[in-house]
Amino acid sequence: MAKQNANTKLNHVSNGSIAINVLIYAFITLVSLTCVLPYIHVIAKSLSSESYVIAKQVVLLPKGFTTEAYRKVFSDNSFIVSFGVTVLMTVLFTLMGMIITVCAAYPLSRKTLRGRKFLNLLFIFTMYFQGGMIPDYILMNKLGMLEKMASLVLPLAFSAYNLVIMKNSLESSIPDSLVESALIDGANHYTILGKIVLPLSKPILATLTLFYAVGRWNTYSDAMFYIKQNTALRPLQLKLYYLIVAATESIQGSINDVAVSTVTDPEILKAACIVFATVPIILVYPFVQKYFVQGTMIGAVKG
Amino acid sequence: MSDATMKKLAVKEARKQQKSFKDCFKRDWQLYSLLLIPLFFCILFKYVPMAWLQIAFKDWKIKDGFFGGEWVGFEIFSKVFGHRNFVKSLRNTLLLNVLDLIVGFPMPIILALLLNEVKNIVFKKVTQTLLYLPHFLSWVIIGGLVYQLFSVNTGVVNALIQNAGGAPINFLQEDTNWLITYIVIGAWQSMGWGTIIYLASITSVNSELYEAARVDGANRWQQMLNVTLPCIRSTIVILLIMQLGKIMGGSFERIMALMNYATTEYTMTIPVLVYQWGIQDMKFSQSTALGLFQSVIGLILVLASDWIAKKLGEDGLV
Repeated sequence: MAKQNANTKLNHVSNGSIAINVLIYAFITLVSLTCVLPYIHVIAKSLSSESYVIAKQVVLLPKGFTTEAYRKVFSDNSFIVSFGVTVLMTVLFTLMGMIITVCAAYPLSRKTLRGRKFLNLLFIFTMYFQGGMIPDYILMNKLGMLEKMASLVLPLAFSAYNLVIMKNSLESSIPDSLVESALIDGANHYTILGKIVLPLSKPILATLTLFYAVGRWNTYSDAMFYIKQNTALRPLQLKLYYLIVAATESIQGSINDVAVSTVTDPEILKAACIVFATVPIILVYPFVQKYFVQGTMIGAVKG
Repeated sequence: MSDATMKKLAVKEARKQQKSFKDCFKRDWQLYSLLLIPLFFCILFKYVPMAWLQIAFKDWKIKDGFFGGEWVGFEIFSKVFGHRNFVKSLRNTLLLNVLDLIVGFPMPIILALLLNEVKNIVFKKVTQTLLYLPHFLSWVIIGGLVYQLFSVNTGVVNALIQNAGGAPINFLQEDTNWLITYIVIGAWQSMGWGTIIYLASITSVNSELYEAARVDGANRWQQMLNVTLPCIRSTIVILLIMQLGKIMGGSFERIMALMNYATTEYTMTIPVLVYQWGIQDMKFSQSTALGLFQSVIGLILVLASDWIAKKLGEDGLV
């Protein structure tokens, strides 16, 4: 009797399961689509001809396909300059950040290092308390770094969060005995770091490189504080901020080029800018996503 | 004896063998030399700005040096606290964060529970890739997307609403609508990424528990409520506490990217006010005082939440 009861219950469960499954899949599909459809709409808009956009007929597919908006954006020299600045800034910043992180994480991962606890605390404390916007600005001012590339490369290069991730990773992946035996064999710490530890830590190095690079690419507030007059040094995100969000600037296509001056609707041009500035992220995104997930997991383990 | 205590004993043993700091330095000088680079950056760019916080207690101008300006005690703070914008910015900071918590906090949990029910690996991978995407876009880009979608005249959402016979909604330029848009966009941006930690926590649930529940006749809904949810409860609690610790914080970039001049009722938060007073109006002492007020309260809240988390038997932060 009891057995029969259980059986009917199981049948009932599997019937209900299908309906639940459909609901779950539908909900997740819907939510996922909200993450990508806005971007597809903007791409479609940027590739449509003006009349369709003004008539608000473009939803997810381009209408009256044209690349004129992009031609106009590319003919605006300041855009190319901004792009160059952003690439240079990102490369330098990532390089600095990685050097700093490795130089801090390896010594701190050695458990016998004297003063390890104190140094750890010194670094970690900066995660919970900072001088803040204005003291940072005053420091840049007093160092003479305002309106200079250095203000975008140096101040944020030390990141306690990334240091914690690197240190945790080294502690769990590099056995103490490995370093000890290399020391006994007469290797010094520089050689051990360069020849043993770093080659064994490629995944975490890749992860942190991406953390630094994507973070730098996307951040715009520091540039907003430090780069005001020197418009040639504006990173792409800051340029987009003035162009799209604050709408205090517009795209200046070259006047000589008759063919490009036909697009005048700011919405299409803004759409083209958004796509242009996101392409690097979107291109690498599918490949780097898993590194980000892993890095976040290591970061979630206590500091 | 557990591994951890063994290790601790080993470290203690190693410490005993160390004779003096001099010997340690002789042995590890290469390690210390490596530390010079990060120490330099950390001290110059993190601790020196902390020392500049002193100007919150001074009548200080930008031409003054580190020791310049006259000490005025808490005079600047009382001026800040008496300013009409102070109360508003404090209210907005708390309001936006509390709403973020109410709307944004449960979303990743719900999504993670649902994703856990998905057995089709391809579907799961594809949807997760899409869900993580907003985390990789800058706030400027998200701000741009929001304007392209929700603008009252040119936005596609309003075009669709009008096509369906509805009246256009001013999502961005009306105070309450702006507040809703801001909160929903925030929840949308962080929901996918937030699932990672919960999904990891769910995978560590003992599968025998599900088997036992199934034998007892629990359906999937009941398993979710009575097995999965209690098993990830500690993760939820700790993340909630950590989130509460950040209730005085606030993303400057997010609010700057989403604000506009038509709606100012809810956009003036403490970071925005610090920016206006400091970077725009050059009132350095006043803006530093406001920033210091925020970071001190923030630190106290974080330490308090850490203490609570430890009391609850969690690992805590430091």
